[in-house]
Amino acid sequence: MKTALPQAGLGARAFDFAVFAGLVLAVWQLAHVVGGEVAMTSPLGTLVFTARSIASGELWPHFEATLGAFAIAYVLAASMGVLAGAVLGYHRLSGEVAEPVLVAVYSIPKVTLYPIILLFFGIGIGAEVAFGALHGVIPITLFTMNGVRNIKPVYIKAARTMRIRPYDLLRTVLLPATLPEVFTGLRVGFSLTLIGTLLSEMFGSRRGIGFMLMQAIGLHHMDIIMSLTFLLVMFALMANAAMLVIDHRLHRRA
Amino acid sequence: MSDAHVALKGVTRVYQRAGQEPLEALGPIDLDLSAGEFFAVVGPSGCGKSTLLDVIAGLSQASAGTVSIEGKPVRGVVPESVGVVFQDDASFPWLTVEDNIAFGLNRQGMDAAETNRRVAQALALMGLNDFARAYPAQLSGGMRQRVCIARTLVLQPRLILLDEPFGALDQQTRLLMGDELLNLWRKTGATILLITHALDEAAMLSDRVGVMSARPGRFLEIVETGWPRGRDSTIVASPDFGRVTGRLWSLLRAESLKAMQYQTGAARP
Repeated sequence: MKTALPQAGLGARAFDFAVFAGLVLAVWQLAHVVGGEVAMTSPLGTLVFTARSIASGELWPHFEATLGAFAIAYVLAASMGVLAGAVLGYHRLSGEVAEPVLVAVYSIPKVTLYPIILLFFGIGIGAEVAFGALHGVIPITLFTMNGVRNIKPVYIKAARTMRIRPYDLLRTVLLPATLPEVFTGLRVGFSLTLIGTLLSEMFGSRRGIGFMLMQAIGLHHMDIIMSLTFLLVMFALMANAAMLVIDHRLHRRA
Repeated sequence: MSDAHVALKGVTRVYQRAGQEPLEALGPIDLDLSAGEFFAVVGPSGCGKSTLLDVIAGLSQASAGTVSIEGKPVRGVVPESVGVVFQDDASFPWLTVEDNIAFGLNRQGMDAAETNRRVAQALALMGLNDFARAYPAQLSGGMRQRVCIARTLVLQPRLILLDEPFGALDQQTRLLMGDELLNLWRKTGATILLITHALDEAAMLSDRVGVMSARPGRFLEIVETGWPRGRDSTIVASPDFGRVTGRLWSLLRAESLKAMQYQTGAARP
């Protein structure tokens, strides 16, 4: 066997995707026809409106604000999560103590913590970053911890028989051995951090996509709501698809 | 100092256990291996075979006694002339076959030309030429174990320690891998110490077989097989093979029974 396991061809997968996208569009159009313009903007109407608002440039400052807060939140969640996960995975006792606590904290609806976050950080980018990072950091910690914990001991033993230096052991064995799991954590954490950032913008912010959405809901601007939702879905979909490709490639080797 | 390649004198391994009396896993063991010898160790499960290998390799420290390789004492560091192959698949899944084989050479800072030459040689020797760019996940268990053996060979060890390297493989593959191991042994002139639980494997491959007792493992007897250096797996058909295997089993039967009773809790060591 020289080649990887047989996979559905690119053509077949493109076809599957086209069918799925067609179905979504059909349901969307149907909802528009049944509910009317007040309840649901049509797919075409949304597309036209989106193109127009992008061209007018009025979306850009809000997009920039969301992207900025999200980027900081994600970098924080990723670095804290990977670091904490590595420590907890390496030190078995701490890991066993921390795991149920983390899972329990994670299962709390984080919106209930929002008032506390807001009191701590105040309205604005501080609360957005904190709330976004809060969503992403726990899954990244848990995935990293499991990755470090599940390194096969024989890898380390084999490396020792090749007289490897401690720094090389970390760089050429421990890091690549944990990378697939860590990356899965980063992928899951990406979507969750985005959710957290947007939620925070919706409840306590004067800028960003979340704020725009809230304003549009208040004023019942259906076309703005649909156009923003469309843009967010496209962004999340593309980012996730790209990360999923890398994820699969890493896991196929393991 | 003796001129043996590997010399063990009074080697023991005791594990300290919190709140319990210490566990004597191994020894005392005295053993001399001469250079270029093929020595196998058989013993009941849990008798400390793998502990013995770890102590010789320098992966774990002897509690008492001395291990010396080529006249130099081994203390907690794997000597440069020693290569080890384990039972568990130790091929790195994130590296291609050729990068796996080059791993040890790269860490030692070997220059690229020499690394490539040795990797190409090892690929050819282990029949891995067609798989140089494949990842271990695309290979069978037997092929992956070849990768691990090749990764050890390129470091040109003078002593190769094998810890049940074919334990996870089916019987036919094991016999064939045994033939390949004999070829390697002849070509490299290395001393080989093979840990195995398979009596036929030990009887077929080695010059001498050390039979270990149940825990704490020590040598009950060292059986000479008397095979010629040019042997291969066809000797399993010879009457002498039956004689050697029979001798090993008659030594081991009582010990295996003891080991089984420890495991089922019928008796305490």
